[in-house]
Amino acid sequence: MKDDMEHKNSIASTKRAEKFAFGIIKFCGIITIIILVAIIGKILINGIPHLSWDFLTKEPENMGREGGIFSVIITTIYLTLFSIIIAGPIGVCAAIFLTEYAKEGIILKTIRFGTESLAGVPSIIFGLFGYVFFVVALNLKYSIVSGGLTLTLMIIPTIIRTSEEAIKAVPVSYREGSLALGATKWQTIYKVVIPAAMPGIMTGIILGIGRVIGETAAVIFTAGSSLGLPESIWRPGRTMAVHLYILASEGLSQGNTYATATVLIITVLIINLIANKLMKKLSKA
Amino acid sequence: MNEDECGGGNVKFHERLIEIILFLCALTAIFGLVLITYFIFREGVPIMFKYGIKKFLLGTTWAPLRYEYGIFPMIIGTILTTLGALILGVPIGVGCAVYLAEIANEKFAKIVKPAIELLAGIPSVIYGLYGLTVIVPFIKKVFNNQGFSILAGSIILAIMILPTIVNISESAIKAVPSTYKEGSLGLGSSHWQAIYRVIVPSAKSGITASVVLGMSRAIGETMAIIMVLGNTAIIPQSILSPARTLTGNIGIEMGYASAEHQKALFATGVVLFIFIMILNIIANMIYNRAGENK
Repeated sequence: MKDDMEHKNSIASTKRAEKFAFGIIKFCGIITIIILVAIIGKILINGIPHLSWDFLTKEPENMGREGGIFSVIITTIYLTLFSIIIAGPIGVCAAIFLTEYAKEGIILKTIRFGTESLAGVPSIIFGLFGYVFFVVALNLKYSIVSGGLTLTLMIIPTIIRTSEEAIKAVPVSYREGSLALGATKWQTIYKVVIPAAMPGIMTGIILGIGRVIGETAAVIFTAGSSLGLPESIWRPGRTMAVHLYILASEGLSQGNTYATATVLIITVLIINLIANKLMKKLSKA
Repeated sequence: MNEDECGGGNVKFHERLIEIILFLCALTAIFGLVLITYFIFREGVPIMFKYGIKKFLLGTTWAPLRYEYGIFPMIIGTILTTLGALILGVPIGVGCAVYLAEIANEKFAKIVKPAIELLAGIPSVIYGLYGLTVIVPFIKKVFNNQGFSILAGSIILAIMILPTIVNISESAIKAVPSTYKEGSLGLGSSHWQAIYRVIVPSAKSGITASVVLGMSRAIGETMAIIMVLGNTAIIPQSILSPARTLTGNIGIEMGYASAEHQKALFATGVVLFIFIMILNIIANMIYNRAGENK
């Protein structure tokens, strides 16, 4: 009888402990949402009142205290396009090699190690490297080209990794069918495997775009921070993230700081939304 | 027949050429890594030797105008902010991972997962701006100090490393065979007992890898940390004092440094680079070993 009571008590206390622990764990899950909403909310609430068509289409004036962010948007687009045009094809080709051609061995291991390590290099190191290699050694000066090439190296690991997964997910039967019909290996890859893996590949590229748009440390020492529309890709420019950093850290203008942050965060939200949709499409297929 | 063979040879050559091009593309990452390592070391290492490695690493005075390049305060600043970030971020991150992998119903997981992806996608300047306008003033008000502090940096970094910790820990927990859990439940344990006695210990390697990777993220973060840390190059007295990290040292002074001063910043980069490479290699080793065990 007494034993039974104790047993019941211990069950009750186990249950209490479980309830308590689950409460804390649930809180950990919820707090991530609270943080996200707090950050985005703070930026949007302070930024949206300062947004206007003029802000998007007018040049910055008085060091960015007044006016809009037109040239800043254009520079960001230039830089993004430049790095994606180079990093996209290289990354996808690398992923094709790693999944379809490479045989297990020392070469594959070395490439994997290199890709993983490059992904872990912090952006300030990319900035230092881009400065000493592209800006100084290759004499490309502070320019969209220097910045774009630096960012290319930075986002290649992301693109390789995502594309690799997408290509691996294409069923072997697709390849076998194509090969059986007499197609060569490359024809099979080009006509069958890549189209099937396209949503995943695009996800990687879009994530790469997101990183380029949000990057500051690697850009500021390679593409520079000069305001004004770059006349060509050989000229320096200031991206949105760099502009935001300068406005915020020098306390130039509250309104313009938040408005720039709003444009930046909305862009990032849209990019993530697209990546998310593509990912879902892929997992359904 | 002959023509056919020729055609076959052509196709073969064509295929071979493509393979070579693809191979070269696959080498870009490793090529880039070698270039980065070479150039950072070439710029940074000579001054370390010239100034004296011990004096460089353990010197407490950073005064480029007087040719003093001791980065010890920055090493301490980096270690303290990173530790703070781990203390705040790891429990929440692992908790969130357990929640997603074991407890959350599908509807709720569908909200939390994208939220974490978004946190990973938010640029570091935005975190910096939030820290500068919300966290720094908050600390200033509560502790009645300048606000810019290790605490502010740790809070921001803790948020920034959450996605890394959650994602890797979650997949590690999900990879634990369901028989482990069933066995534990079958022996009469509660779900919670199964989680903390069986499931989490089995996912230990993956969780450790996530923490090490999070640590390397925290050490490498630059812009956000510059905006909230105060950046004084002296050894911080408490978590409420301002401090400067290795990344901050480079980020702040690179814009105007020249000659030997600039080389000293590259030398700071060398130290940072070595730190991070070691952490990444450790994380990979732990993670890969965890993969092989299963």
